Amino acid sequence: MKIDDATVRHIARLARIKVSDAEAKTLENELTGILGWVEQLSEVDTDGVEPMTCVTDMQIHMRKDEVTDGGYPEEIVKNAPESTDNFFVVPKVVE
Amino acid sequence: MANEGAPAHLINSSTGDWEMVIGMEVHAQVTSKAKLFSGASTEFGAEPNAQVSLVDAAMPGMLPVINQECVAQAVRTGLGLNAKINLVSVFDRKNYFYPDLPQGYQISQFTQPIVGEGEVALDMDDGKEIRVGIERLHLEQDAGKSLHDQDPKSSYVDLNRSGVALMEIVSKPDIRSSAQAQAYVSKLRSILRYLGTCDGNMEEGSLRADVNVSVRRPGEDLGTRCEIKNVNSIRFIGQAIEYEARRQIEIIEDGGEIEQETRLFDPKTGETRSMRTKEEAHDYRYFPDPDLLPLEFTQAYVDDLAAHLPELPDQKKARFMKDWNLQHYDAEVLVAEKERADYFEQMVGLGAEPAAAVNWVLNQHLGRINKEGIAFEDAPVSAKANTAILKMTAEGTISGKIAKDLYDLVWETGGNPEKLVEERGLKQVTDTGEIEKVVDEVVAANPKQVEQVKAKPQTLGWFVGQVMQKTGGKANPQMVNQLLREKLDVAES
Repeated sequence: MKIDDATVRHIARLARIKVSDAEAKTLENELTGILGWVEQLSEVDTDGVEPMTCVTDMQIHMRKDEVTDGGYPEEIVKNAPESTDNFFVVPKVVE
Repeated sequence: MANEGAPAHLINSSTGDWEMVIGMEVHAQVTSKAKLFSGASTEFGAEPNAQVSLVDAAMPGMLPVINQECVAQAVRTGLGLNAKINLVSVFDRKNYFYPDLPQGYQISQFTQPIVGEGEVALDMDDGKEIRVGIERLHLEQDAGKSLHDQDPKSSYVDLNRSGVALMEIVSKPDIRSSAQAQAYVSKLRSILRYLGTCDGNMEEGSLRADVNVSVRRPGEDLGTRCEIKNVNSIRFIGQAIEYEARRQIEIIEDGGEIEQETRLFDPKTGETRSMRTKEEAHDYRYFPDPDLLPLEFTQAYVDDLAAHLPELPDQKKARFMKDWNLQHYDAEVLVAEKERADYFEQMVGLGAEPAAAVNWVLNQHLGRINKEGIAFEDAPVSAKANTAILKMTAEGTISGKIAKDLYDLVWETGGNPEKLVEERGLKQVTDTGEIEKVVDEVVAANPKQVEQVKAKPQTLGWFVGQVMQKTGGKANPQMVNQLLREKLDVAES
């Protein structure tokens, strides 16, 4: 599968990563290489085989419906570049 | 196809008829103490970021652990929608960037939801029943909340809602009018509230609807649809659909084409407007969340939840009609709100006569509540007090007129109805001599009307009114009538 320039830029935009023209060219080749490598998996016939989600025979672990966490807003916003009254403050985003 | 063949609610236009095709995605907040994948509280109205765990804030290395109650609530809701419960379902990541989505993805269910196809029956005002298919129900995380009006240059983000469990309930495109869409959301809300799986509070955002609207010529293929996001009241759902359908018809009739897009309803103008730029729309790159194993449970688990399901509105309506001979319409209005149905049942349990009780609850009680604009459960007149009023009326202790005054008195004073009747002397006068005295007075004072009633017997009502007024509404109306007929020589009509 060949990844072209437009696809690289589309993915970069979706991921909110700024990509220069030179980087885009490199990524084009790298992504094409990675996908080509992964694509080899499609040579294996997996018809009728259930997807393996876990190497051990494990069931999803569930939690009781109890409030056991929260109550530390200062900690939550501590790493934020900007915060006010325990809100995260971000550049204005209005649709 | 469930609604196919039902008479379509067509929109007439100069170029011919148009038909609306509507499908709905309802996001219902799951009633639970803690969030879907963390132990932080779901309670509404907390201080900013006070109900956020490190999982909800998407700190590196944090892992989601599912809340078993949220799973049970989704299964209960599926059962209430007569839907297929999937014993195995899978959580996927829905990827997009937004400041109130710290993970950069929402954990949702894409190809394998917890609940599959189901159906909801709607009673329409014209007496027809309509069935709307349910496509699926899946569990997902809510996002945080962005506030845009706090600062001119910044948006403020609060993650208290981040990670709260939502059920997204997707209907089939079986809905054909705004009235049906409103009935669908009302019914869904009612079912959720009976089940106790969502509080249905639209103002607080516990129930939000996205509406997909398209138009077509009757019998033709589906048109291109537009999605109207987050319409947060049943009234707005109606307005948004009406506006959107007409907007689309206008474009097509002018030779244009509908662009598939997401639109926003503005309650101030009653219009919808385009919301997102098209280029990046709907490229969510779903993939199974590697942090979560498939959600699996047994049929025995589902059966156990089914066995403990509460009575649902349709079942309650059927029982009310069968056990107490209620009219279909009355039963429908009663069961629409659980509190209303419970209140009525409580009255009947206390000995109120069902026919009188339904009439009283829907007219007197609900009338006053609507007039005051308060919630049903906040009305100060208890089921016990109303039962006492009805019993005293049935026994002839008070007249029907006094019953209404007494009701208002109980509303305002919060007093006990029996005591109020004693204290204020509201008992119906059934003493013939006493009533006769007043009747004689009225007859003597109004010779003109006495002449008139001989020619026009229907004016007898005027005399009844005079006597009732003079006795403060306490005279037994049948006795007043009887006495007046005798005195004025008016035959039984």
